[in-house]
Amino acid sequence: MNNLKLSALMLAVALSASQVMASDMRLDDSGRKDALRLWGVQFEELEYRYSDDDEELGVWNGDAFYGTDELKLRWLGKGEYAIEEQAYETLENQLVLQTPISTFFDAKAGVRFDTPEGPDRTYGVLGITGLAPQWFEVDANLYVSDEGDTSAGLDAEYELLLTNHLILSAALDATVAFSEDEEIGVGKGLVSTETGLRLRYDLIDRAISPYIGVVHERKYGDTADFARAEGGSTEDWFAVIGTRIAF
Amino acid sequence: MTRSLMAGVLGLLMPALALAGEYNISVDRVIIDTGDFVKEGIGYNGSSPGPVLRFKEGEEVTINVTNNLDETTSIHWHGLILPFDQDGVPGISFAGIPAGETFTYTFPVVQSGTYWFHSHSGFQEPNGAYGSIVIEPKGREPFRYDREYVVQLTDKHPHDAGRIMRNLKMMPDYYNRKQQTVGDFFSDVSEHGFMTALSDRMAWGDMRMMKADVEDVQGFTGLINGKGPDQNWTGLFEPGERIRLRFINSSAMAYFDVRIPGLQMTVVQADGNNVQPVNVDEFRIGVAETYDVIVRPRTDEAFTIFAESMGRSGYARATLAPREGMEGPVPELRDAPLLTMADMGGMHGMDHGSMGMGEDGMSGMDHGDMDMGGDSMSGMDHGVMPEQEEPAMAGMDHSNMAGMDHGSMMMSGNGAEDPFYAKGSGLVPTAASGGKFLSYADLKAQKPLYEDREPTREIELRLTGNMERYSWSINGIKYEDADAIKLQYGERVRFKFVNETMMTHPMHLHGMWSILDTGAGKWNPVKHTISVQPGTTVYMETEVDAPGQWAFHCHLSYHAASGMFRKVIVEGGPEQGNTAGVEQERVGGDV
Repeated sequence: MNNLKLSALMLAVALSASQVMASDMRLDDSGRKDALRLWGVQFEELEYRYSDDDEELGVWNGDAFYGTDELKLRWLGKGEYAIEEQAYETLENQLVLQTPISTFFDAKAGVRFDTPEGPDRTYGVLGITGLAPQWFEVDANLYVSDEGDTSAGLDAEYELLLTNHLILSAALDATVAFSEDEEIGVGKGLVSTETGLRLRYDLIDRAISPYIGVVHERKYGDTADFARAEGGSTEDWFAVIGTRIAF
Repeated sequence: MTRSLMAGVLGLLMPALALAGEYNISVDRVIIDTGDFVKEGIGYNGSSPGPVLRFKEGEEVTINVTNNLDETTSIHWHGLILPFDQDGVPGISFAGIPAGETFTYTFPVVQSGTYWFHSHSGFQEPNGAYGSIVIEPKGREPFRYDREYVVQLTDKHPHDAGRIMRNLKMMPDYYNRKQQTVGDFFSDVSEHGFMTALSDRMAWGDMRMMKADVEDVQGFTGLINGKGPDQNWTGLFEPGERIRLRFINSSAMAYFDVRIPGLQMTVVQADGNNVQPVNVDEFRIGVAETYDVIVRPRTDEAFTIFAESMGRSGYARATLAPREGMEGPVPELRDAPLLTMADMGGMHGMDHGSMGMGEDGMSGMDHGDMDMGGDSMSGMDHGVMPEQEEPAMAGMDHSNMAGMDHGSMMMSGNGAEDPFYAKGSGLVPTAASGGKFLSYADLKAQKPLYEDREPTREIELRLTGNMERYSWSINGIKYEDADAIKLQYGERVRFKFVNETMMTHPMHLHGMWSILDTGAGKWNPVKHTISVQPGTTVYMETEVDAPGQWAFHCHLSYHAASGMFRKVIVEGGPEQGNTAGVEQERVGGDV
């Protein structure tokens, strides 16, 4: 009898305990438990270029992303539009997925579509992007085109704070091809470099930062020969004026 | 006859009824005018900050919260001990208050002191959803004052909080306009020589860390009771009166160094609990902390309450004056502090290889070389010091730290010491007057809430993060990927905070007290929010006396939102009620 009472009591305790547990088990459905999903749009370069040959170009270099810390979908776009010829000298669009691989670096994989004036190309892209020691922003990519040609690109950027609003940035882009693709004027070896020095002023937060600068473009080796054969230049100096945008 | 009987019965019930109060709060879209800018935000009863809620200890409060927003809201009663389903954290305590609905909180008030309340939904709190709570004690207070004011600080930013979060994620230095410039480099060169200045820059550059990384979100206007520096909130007094100032830091991100030039402040309470009075000239108030001080202006003049942000990017200002319209002198902002290598002490997992510094040599950098002598250190032997025999302390030999030569490195530490900062830290505060600056080590409980006893176990929480990704975490795991911390009802847990980041984190455990280990034994102060400085290890103990589930997080809004957050589940315990003896049948969601 006593035993029965005791077990009934224990059952009651167990039942009420399980009730408490049930209420404890509220799952956090407030959204806080979800990874932060963010987006951003940035145009590192959005500028007008005027060359030492009186060539005028509209140039942009931008990207937009949506995603989490772990996985982002990113669009990267580059364009050079010759104003007089009304033609795209460069028109690149990349769509990549990006994921962290170390404290300061992300890996990227995706596709790149080049649709300038002349023949088009589609590439597979594999790259890393991040912050190297001493604050160098680095972006390195490997490309394989639909023609089977491989090439690599390296972008590096460094910022020097003259003041907290007046910032001098130095950028170097270099392209190397591992095989020749004459149709688009690319020779094997070092293809081209673009070096830029831009002095910007953060006008509205870091959202709008007008700048002036100078850019040097140069083609090398066979690529330079192809350019000469086409009657194009192999080395250009540009004065640039533009604005950096981030929102 | 019946009526008089009824009256008699009612009369008997009156004392109980007298201690029941009903309060109504509406959550509204409001306009916030700081004097520097006007923006839309969220407030209570039509304004931000919301009202001062005045409760009495022992009162059973009923608070009807009506959500006039078009999104879910919530109110968390910061620092109040109450049943978990009344704690107001959506997803943990309850479902939240849907748009257009009213939720009724009911709980007994089992404590007294200065507290505050705020939304725990999204970024509503940094957008303005906060107010203050003053609880009158049952008994007499152990100090006298003639009048009192709430002094509620915040860092109001012109940007919407959601946008701030996005900007920080895109560019972690988006709001940092205190970065080292070329000019700073050349002044370092002239002061320390070219090679020293260069190697200093290289050492920081190697870590990809900025010594100016003290305040993530700059560009705010400091407000006191909703008034910007030019709007000058004023509290009146008669010369000779004792004034109790209830300081509350309701900032999203900013720590404030508070002083009232010309007046000494007697700190009598911290985080709602009375402390043994300490006279100070200045104190640092972490985000979400409260300090009550008593001042006694004897002369017929105006005094400025001046609260500089820790990173010196902004300030709040108010006035104590005998008459409306009077103003005291407003001091200049002091120079911004810079982090030193000592503040980087806890950074495991950063790339130290290139610094020629073993990981072992780095861990324990925090206090290992601390001078144990000196008055400020007395009684601190167990408090914040990592135990000497800990493995983390192995390899403390500084000789293996190439590039870490403290002599030639520019340790911009000001020479001041505080056991709650890394030795040589650039963040150690000093009083502008040259006088006494409050330290955690000065806080001693007036009346211990709990019997002092050995903790039943220790839980290590490493405060971790990655500034470049603006992701913050505990033990390297963000809230989204983390399991709950499980505690057993009745145990006393010793939490070991190891700050491995270069930022200060105000850690707030909901529902249960945080007994900060200052080495004062049973006189250790009882708090609800504990600041853990970079490169330091801090211990706190918690008597696990509140069943249910609770939030535990860094109170910097954008750190909490990006992962420095945990759920704590207290298992077991009385099936009904918590220590407050409340019935606990309400399981959230009741409207």
